[in-house]
Amino acid sequence: MKNKFDILIIDDEKVVIDSIIKIASLANYSVDFSFDANEALTKLKQNEYDLIICDIMLPEKDGFQLLETIQNFNIETPVIMTTGYSTIDNAVKSLYLGAIDFIPKPFSIDEMQSLLARGLKYKSFLQQKRNTFSDGLVVSCPSRYFRLGVSCWANLNNDGTVLIGATNFFIKSIEPVNKIELLKNDDVLIQASPCAKLFSTEYVHNLNSSLSGRIIEVNKILIEKPEIIEKDPYFEGWLYRIIPQELEFEKQKLIPCGSDR
Amino acid sequence: MFNKISSKLILVVSLTAVLIIGIYSYLNIKNQTAVLLSEVERHANQLSEMMKNSTEDLMMRNDREKIQLLIEKIGKDPTINSIRLLNKEGEIIYSSVKSDIGMMLDKKAESCFACHAENKPLEKLPINNRTRFFSLHSDSSKILGIINPIDNKPSCYQASCHAHSEKSTVLGVLDVTISLKEVEKQILHNEIQGIIFSLIAIISIGLIIGLTIKKYVDNPVKELVKATEQIAIGNLTYKVKELGKDELGELAKAFNEMSQKIDETNRQLFQSSKMASLGQLAAGVAHEINNPLTGVLTYSSYLLKRTNDNPQLQEDLNVIVRETLRSREIVKGLLDFARQSTPKKIPIDVNEIINRAISVVSNQLKINKISLEKNLSPNLPRIIADANQIQQVIINLIVNSIDAINNNGKIKISTSALNLPPKGIIHIKKAVCNKNHNLIDTQHKIGGKNSIKLKIKTATNEGFVNLDPIYGKDRHYFGLNIKHGDVLNISCPTCDSSLIDKNSKCPICGGPVYKITIPNQGFLEGCASFKVDWQRWSYIDQIGEIKFVEIVIEDTGCGIPPENLNKIFEPFFTTKGQKGTGLGLSVIWGIVDNHNGTINVHSEVGKGTSFTIRLPENGEILS
Repeated sequence: MKNKFDILIIDDEKVVIDSIIKIASLANYSVDFSFDANEALTKLKQNEYDLIICDIMLPEKDGFQLLETIQNFNIETPVIMTTGYSTIDNAVKSLYLGAIDFIPKPFSIDEMQSLLARGLKYKSFLQQKRNTFSDGLVVSCPSRYFRLGVSCWANLNNDGTVLIGATNFFIKSIEPVNKIELLKNDDVLIQASPCAKLFSTEYVHNLNSSLSGRIIEVNKILIEKPEIIEKDPYFEGWLYRIIPQELEFEKQKLIPCGSDR
Repeated sequence: MFNKISSKLILVVSLTAVLIIGIYSYLNIKNQTAVLLSEVERHANQLSEMMKNSTEDLMMRNDREKIQLLIEKIGKDPTINSIRLLNKEGEIIYSSVKSDIGMMLDKKAESCFACHAENKPLEKLPINNRTRFFSLHSDSSKILGIINPIDNKPSCYQASCHAHSEKSTVLGVLDVTISLKEVEKQILHNEIQGIIFSLIAIISIGLIIGLTIKKYVDNPVKELVKATEQIAIGNLTYKVKELGKDELGELAKAFNEMSQKIDETNRQLFQSSKMASLGQLAAGVAHEINNPLTGVLTYSSYLLKRTNDNPQLQEDLNVIVRETLRSREIVKGLLDFARQSTPKKIPIDVNEIINRAISVVSNQLKINKISLEKNLSPNLPRIIADANQIQQVIINLIVNSIDAINNNGKIKISTSALNLPPKGIIHIKKAVCNKNHNLIDTQHKIGGKNSIKLKIKTATNEGFVNLDPIYGKDRHYFGLNIKHGDVLNISCPTCDSSLIDKNSKCPICGGPVYKITIPNQGFLEGCASFKVDWQRWSYIDQIGEIKFVEIVIEDTGCGIPPENLNKIFEPFFTTKGQKGTGLGLSVIWGIVDNHNGTINVHSEVGKGTSFTIRLPENGEILS
């Protein structure tokens, strides 16, 4: 008989595990933990988890190797990566390798709570998708789009500008969106770093940008009518038009949405 | 003492002088003596002949009285020892010394020896053999004797006195002896003079050589030894003073260049190892600190959420949460430094950035009563740069100036546009050989930048040369000793394929030319003999002058002492003690370098400091 937990925490530091357990307890999530990757793999085979939170710098096998192994084993449990060495490279690599999100340490309770809520929702989408055999619930992004991880899309226009927006996965996992806080014109986005705040009933969610670039246009309608992003995340609900800065380099870590079909 | 080069040189030169002057003086004196003696001899012969002739007439008349008188008279001359006239039997008939008259001389006497050395007396005595030198006693002065045989002549045996028969060939001998006392005195005098002259010559040669060697060899060598010792103890900034234009001067110059290069390499090594260790340190610190911070932040926020009913406790917890969040930002900053991420470059207006930077620090300027003067050129081109990074550079420099001024002073910020030729500015970042092997050497840096490594072959040797990566500059590093002009081949260190372009010649010296491929940017050519520092990069040359924006930030602060000037861009170097981290200027240097720009500092203690930053309009074409 498999044990079932909401969350598996993998970190070599007891205090981090304790902290996440503390935060999880606020929402009454059940938690299991392990101190290294091999132990985590054993646990993943024995038990059932809805969400994994994994540190990158682990003894022996590191977080990235574990993430790849999880992907190779077709374990569907979504993974959130975290690390004390929070560089953009680490964030991008995490999202590229299949993590649903990345959170740098130290995190605040609010940041972690919103992420846990979103991560667990994500798992339920996967289950729904499998059970209903339909794409009806979560709409994938258009095939000419690109995405970084599962949350943020980029649409490369012929004029050299790029539209940035949030995927239906992201929006569905936080619904309802009550308010959106956006950056201004001329602000600079950095890949895999927060670019917008979306307020749901309980939490504030950070959206990590898919590309770096300077904002030349902000979709101001969203500030007045945030519900548009729920209805049409891929067209009407775009967030920014940017001039990308390191497109050729950063594009390597983007996933073409066409490969999802 | 004889271990010193100078002593050895002086010794050798002096010995040579002694030898040459000694031999010369000896020969000279000997020669002089011979001349003098032959002169005396000639004189004596003349005298003897004269005597013979002048007495002949008296002999004929057999006037014995007058002969004796004449001999006595002439014999009074102080140089003449004696004049004697002997007959055939050896009896002294006449003599300047009267007591000798009538004495019989043995055949072995000095006067007779010349003719009677053999058993049979000589009939004829050649003029050379008539003279002889002898001493009466071993300690007395020498005497020159001349014997002049008086031959029988018809007038003698036909004379009325019939004293001589016709059969005799020799009638007697005129024997004149001359004292050589005066001559010997003269010779001695000559000898003393010669010796004194030789001594003076030897001593003065020794002195002149000694002083010259001391000035031109000893002192420079001492200076070089001192410099070597200084380098050995690690004082790499020590410079040998100017030593003239001779070989030692050249050596001193080469030595200075060498120590400067060592110093530069050392500093770069130091800088890069510092940077590397700083990066590791930052990563380590971030990782180690962020974990405990996670605990502190979570637990304190957790408590905050659970203690809504206790405002006093909430207040305290808020402090903990706030300060933990601040710590998070500090660590993040440290990570940002360690990463030194590639700048996000967009066209920016430098003046606007400066104004933004000033608004950030305006409060601090006010508090410290510092007036700020702006002299911003309205015609600046927009440059491709990372606005945030450039703003950080400006803010850091202004804050540094505020710290340097302390209170009451002036900061002046000016901008201007300028055009500079590409030579001496453009950094060659990529270079490959014909077979596409990378030539960039990340190990050896010149001016802080990766150099271009080539294999070089001379007639006698083989090694590597690291070219200066700045186009047109010639701070090349030669891994082997080459004489300019003896380079036989230059090739790729990986595949050894030649980089010499056989179709072209150096337009200045006419020598061979190397040709290196710069990917997508044509070729770099240069004089392969390194006789001249000619380089050509047509791709860049055709771009022409490059537009730069120059930013100058001047202050009237305390200035930077010269010994610190070359350290200020090193990480961790700080004069602010606890107040500073020593990262500011090194970060600035990194940012400016990332933009392919340059930063220079000029400072005078007590007067102020000025930083000059030059940023290219488009750094991309330079990279």
